[in-house]
Amino acid sequence: MKEKTSIVLTGVGGEGVVTAANLLGKAAVKAKLNVFVSEIHGMAQRGGSVNCTVRIGNVFGPLIASGTADAILSSEPVETLRYIQYSNKNTKIITSITPIIPFTVSVGMEKYPDTSLVFKELSNYGELYKIDAVKIAQDSGSLVTKNIVLLGALAAFDILPFKSEVLLETIIENVPLKYREMNKKAFEGGLKAIKKNS
Amino acid sequence: MEILEDKPGKQILLLGNEAITRGALEAGIDVSTTYPGTPSSEIADTFSLIARSFTKQNKNPSFFFEYSTNEKVALEIAAAASISGLRSLTCMKHVGLNVASDAFMTYLYIGCKGGHIIVSADDPSCHSSQNEQDNRYFALFGGAPMLEPATPEEAKEMTRLGFEISEKLQSPILLRTTTRLNHIRGTVEYKKIQKPRGKGHFEKNPMLVTTPVIARARHPELLKMLDKAEQISEKSPFNKIIIVGKPKDWGIVTSGVSFNYVREIAEDLKLDVRILKLGMTHPLPRKMCENFIKSCKNIVIVEELEPILENQFKVMAFDFNADVKIFGKSTGHFSRLYEYNPDIVFDAFSKIFNIKNPIKKPVKSEIKLPSRPPTLCPGCPHRITYYAAKKAQPKGVIYPSDIGCYTLGREKPLEMADLLLCMGSNASTACGLAIATDQKIISFMGDSTFFHAAIPAIIDAAHHNHDVVITILDNRTTAMTGYQPHPGTDFDGMGRPAKRILVEEVVKGCGIEQVEVVKPNNVKETTEAFKRALEFKGPAVIVSRSPCILLENQAKRARGEKIFVYGVDQSKCKKCKICIAQFGCPAFYYGENENIFIDAQQCNGCGNCAVICPFGAISQKGEKR
Repeated sequence: MKEKTSIVLTGVGGEGVVTAANLLGKAAVKAKLNVFVSEIHGMAQRGGSVNCTVRIGNVFGPLIASGTADAILSSEPVETLRYIQYSNKNTKIITSITPIIPFTVSVGMEKYPDTSLVFKELSNYGELYKIDAVKIAQDSGSLVTKNIVLLGALAAFDILPFKSEVLLETIIENVPLKYREMNKKAFEGGLKAIKKNS
Repeated sequence: MEILEDKPGKQILLLGNEAITRGALEAGIDVSTTYPGTPSSEIADTFSLIARSFTKQNKNPSFFFEYSTNEKVALEIAAAASISGLRSLTCMKHVGLNVASDAFMTYLYIGCKGGHIIVSADDPSCHSSQNEQDNRYFALFGGAPMLEPATPEEAKEMTRLGFEISEKLQSPILLRTTTRLNHIRGTVEYKKIQKPRGKGHFEKNPMLVTTPVIARARHPELLKMLDKAEQISEKSPFNKIIIVGKPKDWGIVTSGVSFNYVREIAEDLKLDVRILKLGMTHPLPRKMCENFIKSCKNIVIVEELEPILENQFKVMAFDFNADVKIFGKSTGHFSRLYEYNPDIVFDAFSKIFNIKNPIKKPVKSEIKLPSRPPTLCPGCPHRITYYAAKKAQPKGVIYPSDIGCYTLGREKPLEMADLLLCMGSNASTACGLAIATDQKIISFMGDSTFFHAAIPAIIDAAHHNHDVVITILDNRTTAMTGYQPHPGTDFDGMGRPAKRILVEEVVKGCGIEQVEVVKPNNVKETTEAFKRALEFKGPAVIVSRSPCILLENQAKRARGEKIFVYGVDQSKCKKCKICIAQFGCPAFYYGENENIFIDAQQCNGCGNCAVICPFGAISQKGEKR
């Protein structure tokens, strides 16, 4: 087992990025491991770019040094690239492929780059895994589970210092009874999407 | 509720702020007060959540909690409770302590009987603040014992044990935190929850009336208290030396979250150092520090913002002629600006210790990425008020702004925030601008801000007949910090019914004669009201009343009401772009051929765009999913 595990989670406010980071944190506590999670609140949150970090193991804080992330888990392509500084050649970059257009672009003040260029650039910096998280989430029952799809995808790799079952159990314990099946489906959907392609 | 579980030994992941609340519960908290402000809000919100859950069950929680009118009121209420022997906690963001500082400075002269913890949540890097002042200066300034946690677990323990220190010293203490402590989660171990005292008793004592004679008698007592505090600091478990490698003559001194970076990176770089980790940072444990200095030839000081430890260590080293080199801000290795992170500490250590930095220069994308700045939400009533005000007056009006969501009115296309200092400054700077210029002025503030700090400025405007238009955006909540109630709401922080104070009645009571209350979605009438206010010779106030759309929609859903989204009828749209380029609601977007659409996912159904469209091209399109 690795001594330290560092994961970056990114996306857009309201997409469950903070929730996903907390679930990783809770799973680590369940596995009796030392863990820190950083989140952002307040002004930075309103419709803005969200970035959380989770560190597990022999660590003393949640912040990650540049180029030292084990994985970047992202619910939006441009947001993945925004936090690319944490990546090294071995970093697993797991990103949802569906753009979320910022209002600066929709009202014509800025431009959203061609996603194929974004993906090409991402693959220069780490091991890129593209995932249709929106579709998998919708197939599982609701777009709301997009963050859980991404956690499932993360669990497909040998990165987390605990079994994927621990993460799934944590997720199940933290959602209302009636949404459990939907979240389980989403998690497994994300996991399978990676296993199938690798 | 998990935060209330009395299960000693339980391990749980808590936010730094939640850990502070838990620590207070474990210490038997009686009274908790606050004015909300990021990054401190969740401390009080957790108290509020607990209290409201009790109220719902028709029970009383074990403590009293309130969102006070402002930080000064919050501190004074809790001070009186602690003077009466109860345990109190007051939390606020760093700039809140500026507001409370008048009380703070003299409170330290008279002290308290029951423990009182004053939490300051500082914000290095100004993540959500107007400055990054270092409130450790307040501890030195006023003479307050100070604790600085590095992790959520330490925050809980410092709060819990802080009450004991406060009672031993009969002085309030400052728990100084930073965003990176408030908003990180870490494992916390529960200890037993103590029973609160419930009721205190105020004992009359002439020493509590700080007339000049008494103040002169109390100041030496304050200094004596600090001597006693230094003895506590010497023995405090929060001040400790940690050995990394096989240290010879290098030491590192650090406090707060900087310790986390130092501890880990010292190991990563295989340094041989003694780390003096200071948790009780005022007063410093002088003997411990002196011995530490004597054990080193080189000392690195790592602290965010101001060189407070650094300067004190230099003074100590000078006092006993120590042969030691001190690295830190004065040597240019660390900055007085912004929050630290691992990259900064790696870089500084590799230079100071002359080691190759294993962290490569961060890579940066070659592609220009679109920004996602915070903006007024789709359906925000502030946007339509801004729009209506702009319609009332040709260009050149100055728009003094204030602290809250409406600061976001500075963004394109509205660009209606021109000057901002602090809570309440919109109204007083408006008066100053009226004196200094011939320009027209329309200032903006929120309802919570009005109650917090703007009333004296409005009285000033009335008394001196300053020619200003002051707008109060009454959305019935403290939205930016997380929808806390305020004196203008009909319930309080414990979820109990509360007297609703009407903004316009207060304004009239302040002596303002030209007062109009408008509903901003009636754009024409709102614009007319602004015109009348601008024409009025003397101070005019407009209260624009419309609830925060997010809260309104939440309430609608709870009542089982439907929310309808709007859409653009392309056959009627003349592409005048008023909706997208002048009003600028973020739910609008350009599709093919510059056709304008509304994103149904983002639309909150306020319908204001349908009101402003000159061609009637926008209408309700169906239910929001």
